[in-house]
Amino acid sequence: MKDLTDRALDAATAAGASYADIRIERLERQVIVVKNGRPDGISDGESAGFGVRALVHGAWGFAGSSRLEPAEIDRVARLAVEVARASGLVRRQLVDLGEPVKSIGSYHTPVRQDPFAVSLDEKLAVLLAADSEMRAVRGVRVAEASFECQRIGKLLASSEGSFVEQSLVETGGGIEALAVGDEDSQRRSYPNSFGRQHATAGYEHFAQLDLVGHGRQMAEQAVQLLTAKPCPSDVTTIILDPSQTALQVHESCGHAIELDRVFGMEASYAGTSFLTPDKRGSFRYGSDAVNVVADATIPTALGTFGYDDEGVPAQRTIIVERGIFKNYLTSRETATRLGEESNGTMRADGWSRIPLIRMTNVNLEPGEWSFEDLLADTRRGIYFQTNKSWSIDDRRLNFQFGTEIAWEIRNGKLGAMVKNATYTGITPRFWSSCDAVCREWTVWGTPNCGKGQPSQAAHVGHGAAAARFRDVQVGVLK
Amino acid sequence: MLGAEWFRWVAERVLARSRADQTEVLVIAKDSALTRFANSAIHQNVVERDAEVRVRAVLGRQVGVATTNDLSEESLDRVVERAWAVARRQPENPDFPGLPDPSEVAPSNGFRSETAECSPERRAQMVKPICALAVEQDLESSGALATVSTEIGVANSRGVFVHDRFSHANVMTVVMGADGSGYAERTSQSIDAIDIEGVAREAVDRAARGRGPKEIPPGEYPVVLEEYAVGELLSFLAYMGFGALAYQEGHSFLRGKLGQRVMDERISIWDDGRDPRGLPMGFDFEGLPRQRVDIIREGTAVGLVYDSQTAAREGKRSTGHALPAPNTFGPFPMHLVMATGDTRKEELAPGIDRGLWVTRLHYVNVLQSDRAALTGMTRDGTFLIERGEVTYPVKSMRFTQSISEAWSDLGALGRELMLISSWGGGVLVPAMRLNRFALTGRTEE
Repeated sequence: MKDLTDRALDAATAAGASYADIRIERLERQVIVVKNGRPDGISDGESAGFGVRALVHGAWGFAGSSRLEPAEIDRVARLAVEVARASGLVRRQLVDLGEPVKSIGSYHTPVRQDPFAVSLDEKLAVLLAADSEMRAVRGVRVAEASFECQRIGKLLASSEGSFVEQSLVETGGGIEALAVGDEDSQRRSYPNSFGRQHATAGYEHFAQLDLVGHGRQMAEQAVQLLTAKPCPSDVTTIILDPSQTALQVHESCGHAIELDRVFGMEASYAGTSFLTPDKRGSFRYGSDAVNVVADATIPTALGTFGYDDEGVPAQRTIIVERGIFKNYLTSRETATRLGEESNGTMRADGWSRIPLIRMTNVNLEPGEWSFEDLLADTRRGIYFQTNKSWSIDDRRLNFQFGTEIAWEIRNGKLGAMVKNATYTGITPRFWSSCDAVCREWTVWGTPNCGKGQPSQAAHVGHGAAAARFRDVQVGVLK
Repeated sequence: MLGAEWFRWVAERVLARSRADQTEVLVIAKDSALTRFANSAIHQNVVERDAEVRVRAVLGRQVGVATTNDLSEESLDRVVERAWAVARRQPENPDFPGLPDPSEVAPSNGFRSETAECSPERRAQMVKPICALAVEQDLESSGALATVSTEIGVANSRGVFVHDRFSHANVMTVVMGADGSGYAERTSQSIDAIDIEGVAREAVDRAARGRGPKEIPPGEYPVVLEEYAVGELLSFLAYMGFGALAYQEGHSFLRGKLGQRVMDERISIWDDGRDPRGLPMGFDFEGLPRQRVDIIREGTAVGLVYDSQTAAREGKRSTGHALPAPNTFGPFPMHLVMATGDTRKEELAPGIDRGLWVTRLHYVNVLQSDRAALTGMTRDGTFLIERGEVTYPVKSMRFTQSISEAWSDLGALGRELMLISSWGGGVLVPAMRLNRFALTGRTEE
């Protein structure tokens, strides 16, 4: 491959690039979906190609192609330079990447059991058994179980001398039961909604999810939700389960700390961020109980890798310390604007996309409470479980989230089941109302984080535990 | 572009090599480019070429799909084998009706060579006036100009063979000041039809009028929704309930309501993949002709879109709305059209004593699909209407609302359609006035 990467870098620099890199990627993906006892979609996909990034007179260009052939590499490298020259026609600031990065190394996701080597029969047996458990419950209209795994082989070479090879393996799955009543329909999912519990791991991750063992409970809860009481409209104490806390971190912290977003580079799509640079080091983002860390080195977490797509090694960065906002997620270009070095978060969604600043594993650090003690300590409120809906404004301030299921809390115990539960708030006020974080900590894997134009889906992780928040508006939909 | 002859070669090779009872080959080849700008300068600029071959193998009622973007002969042979191997190792799907028989498909005339041939330099020159006009007004612009040309071919062992090419260009911009912002967007088959100066003026004007926004309390207000906002809501309605699978599974907001009034009688919605005002595409991803389907006629739910599998369940014929296999979402309408009314856009605000003018919506998401209930924010141009006049800008607000209920209390419909870019295609919608819309929160720091 080195002959091909050298060829691309030579072609780009000969055409006028002051910096160039090439990523060659190959993706293999298997998806299995079972619905109501029948295979609903089984696919075995592969996609390979390369992308060349070129910097010419301080402006970026990128071109990608699926045809990994010498002549096509020449064409694409020259095209990336031509695109960069066009960018220079509407330029105000020169891109400065800071000090050169020369990384040479490799990284391979530790895998105990290759998910591609496990037979389709074995995977189907698990999914069909989970499906059967759900359909055994009267009132369930649709039972769905899914498995997904992928392997990405990627090679990055840059004109600064980086040469990094990585092999990233991901595995995940989940189940979902849909119950339909006269008035409405209700879903319950495990371990998370939208099939969102993935890890950088092998088949062992899927096997330990125990989808079969949770099928019946999910189905029963979906049916029970049909006759549950609607979420009251109130200002009250809420406890979020670990997966919903992870979603809360993702939307109101993870995206808000992306430095490209802060600098307006995402303004046309999902917006900017309220966490402007003047707030760094002093702004109270949350209460003393709130500690957030971005860590791309946690074993098995979905946002774990060896090097980002600029060749910067994976690392751990403190984001919020005892409630005070400390750091951003950065790239070479954006970190240089702050006089710093990148903390290694640039990742692309495949060979055909440019790297963007993406969350790694952005974690709410565990607290000291046990969930039982936290519940016992809560006189009145609502416990929210498993995300169903999410929306946040274009500065990451006003959010509204809904969960599949919720429970009244009465005198330290879970009471009646609540359906269509929503809560809303303003980010720093909400996190400042957090007075407890539990110690039982899970890393959640989200494989569908959207950003950029053209759109890219990143695979990110969030370590989170149940957490309590005071004086929160709940029950928005009438 | 790979061309019809190349696709014929691929199709013949795949179908000849396949050991399956039935075989389908779908090729989606795409040349796309996007010039993105922020802070009134180009900061990202990308070009991509890709082509995917997707093979569906059928053994009795066992179905397997394999894909590749390696177009070599060896790879094509391998993907045929992989699809067969996936099908062979799985249980039967008794719901699967078999691959469809061929139906006549007319060319869609959805391709414009000027869009496909748009150079990086031309894209940059088109972005330039948006950036320049914003800076001139002491504002900053961001946005993207995209050109996409797509080639799609579908063939199967029962005789389906269709191939066509399509193009579209889209420009969108958000122009921002210290405390206000404005939006504009245009979509067309032809890059030549994009009025870039008009886009720049529209967004800059909104941003300039948006300076110094005030806060107003949440509550139910009459609203004027511009076409951008209506297009987004219509796309979500389609997602929540216009496909047959959502209806059959019981989570569509139209469940049990076919033949019943679900919206104001002035609202009619249909899907028409052949409408030349949109982004036409004559066939679906099973190679069947896209039919015009009436979904809401004069406020009454009258139809749904189908693919082969959902149609077979009800003993019907597909309406030509299949997505690529394997498709767990079901059929989807990608070319929705909404009937116009008789009100000029500038006459939508008169008649509102106190309400809001909403340019576009942001981060919309589903709360309850069976009620068509959504939440999201207003963005880039929210203004107060007092005594029929737009008076001053207001800060973005959150809405939480059942859309079918809101569209049952319609004030007026605009008399002009605008093409709004949407999932997989475009929707043709007018602006509208609603008598009640629930604004449930405001943003603040």
